[in-house]
Amino acid sequence: MENNNGKTEYWRWLEYHRIMPGRDWKDAEIVTAGVDVGSVGSKAVILTDGEIYSWSVMRTGSNSSDSAKKALGWAMENTGLTLKDFKYIVGTGYGRVNVPMANRAITEIACHAKGANYIWGSTVKTVLDVGGQDVKAIRCDENGKVVSFLMNDKCAAGTGRGMEIIADLLQIPIEDVGKVSLSVPEEPEPVSSTCVVFAKTEAVGLLRKGWSKEKVLAAYIRAMAIRMTELIEKVGCEKDFVITGGQSKNIGLVHRVENILNVKRLPVPNLDETGRDPASAGAIGAALFAKALYEKSLKR
Amino acid sequence: MISAGIDMGTQRVKVAIIKDKEIIARKQNFSGFEPNKVVEQTFEEALESAKMSREEVKHVTATGAGVAMANFADSTISMMGADARAGAHFFSSARTVIDVGAEDARAVKCDEKGRMLDFIVNARCAAGAGTFIEAMARALEVKMEDMGSLSLKAARASPINASCVIFAESDVVSLIHREEPKTEIARAIFDAMAERVSSMVRRLGITPDIVLLGGVANDAGFVASLKRILGMELLIPEQPMYAGAVGAALIAAKRAERRH
Repeated sequence: MENNNGKTEYWRWLEYHRIMPGRDWKDAEIVTAGVDVGSVGSKAVILTDGEIYSWSVMRTGSNSSDSAKKALGWAMENTGLTLKDFKYIVGTGYGRVNVPMANRAITEIACHAKGANYIWGSTVKTVLDVGGQDVKAIRCDENGKVVSFLMNDKCAAGTGRGMEIIADLLQIPIEDVGKVSLSVPEEPEPVSSTCVVFAKTEAVGLLRKGWSKEKVLAAYIRAMAIRMTELIEKVGCEKDFVITGGQSKNIGLVHRVENILNVKRLPVPNLDETGRDPASAGAIGAALFAKALYEKSLKR
Repeated sequence: MISAGIDMGTQRVKVAIIKDKEIIARKQNFSGFEPNKVVEQTFEEALESAKMSREEVKHVTATGAGVAMANFADSTISMMGADARAGAHFFSSARTVIDVGAEDARAVKCDEKGRMLDFIVNARCAAGAGTFIEAMARALEVKMEDMGSLSLKAARASPINASCVIFAESDVVSLIHREEPKTEIARAIFDAMAERVSSMVRRLGITPDIVLLGGVANDAGFVASLKRILGMELLIPEQPMYAGAVGAALIAAKRAERRH
């Protein structure tokens, strides 16, 4: 977690890639990929006949098309796959127009709904996606088709990027913020500032007043949860409810959102057995659209 | 008649002493972590500069976000009330007063006597306040004072997600990587900030003349962007950062008169 200057980067989350064991892409008829270039994370998912074969989650660099190449390259690593083995590739996310190998770009809203439907099944009706620089509340039908949605992409409050900044300020590794925020004996009042810049100042003030780091963190995450539940309540929260995006791993946030809404999210599937990773829901959806589009092209 | 005004800003404490509506002393310091002590000291400095004793000051009125920290003030006034009074004092034709400070922005409608008629405030988003310039100067690795002159050299603005300070920070880093000129990035920052301020003012409704107050009114880059985006002239007094304190001092004088 240290950078070149020896400074600990508490915000830096772990990048990862996996290949599902016991599966060979050469046995598959249709190999497709979805590449989701988000503002903070880039995700690539490879499907063999519609089943998850491998995937990667990494940090987006300063150049979207490089990030797309890197993410897909990492998902292909040690598989023997080459670009020409893919029947169809769909790009999505904030940088979707800059996915050079993609046959088509599809909005991340559609991809997230589709991906959530795949991960948890047709009972999913409400998806909360907490991304790096946006928060989306999506209502979808039993086929994973978007019915309505609301998005905040204008403001860092409630986003993963905001969480990174507070983690760095409090010097708590981003992977631990959820757990640490739940360690306080009593839930504090939420921070009053919506804006992350002002919340940072407020957090420093609270620390000076003698609040523990854990308590300040809990107060921040509480405010985050309140902000995103407002978005969900506007679209209406129908069960089943799920959370996708990087912040789906923040159990402190998940717990508070569940409490405020009085609804439990569906549990995260076992990653090792299924490969159904809520952080890469958008890329899964993109890869599913890629398969459907390829099949449609065959019928013509 | 001698009176004083104190503006307990989020970033700086400002004190103005006036004698018969003439400003005779102005002092400011960073608010720091103990604004209650800073204000005492700043007030002493202002008295010294005015060559006055504390007893000669008939009334002290405080305003600003940290108004509660100015314990020794005789009375308080809202920031909007102080803005209206100051705006009309500097320019009798003022009907709309905009004040852009470090952490908030306000617009106030006033009459010819400097009475507040209506107002609107943004204190919830840093993208419409001075903090934005500060954060972006840091990201661009230039001095905050140089942001204005940089932006004035640009013929266009870089494309940037400037609705949020946090997002703009990461955009600026990528733009620097792509070797976009700093001048155009600076212009994008001021344009974005001016957009936010102007949309706030438009919600209130604009009646000319418009007066611009607050520390940010010193920044030529911001002023140029706001003029362009509003499509109107702006009247700016000398040392606009002290406007809140001057407004409070004028109100203090009125209140002292009333007591006699």
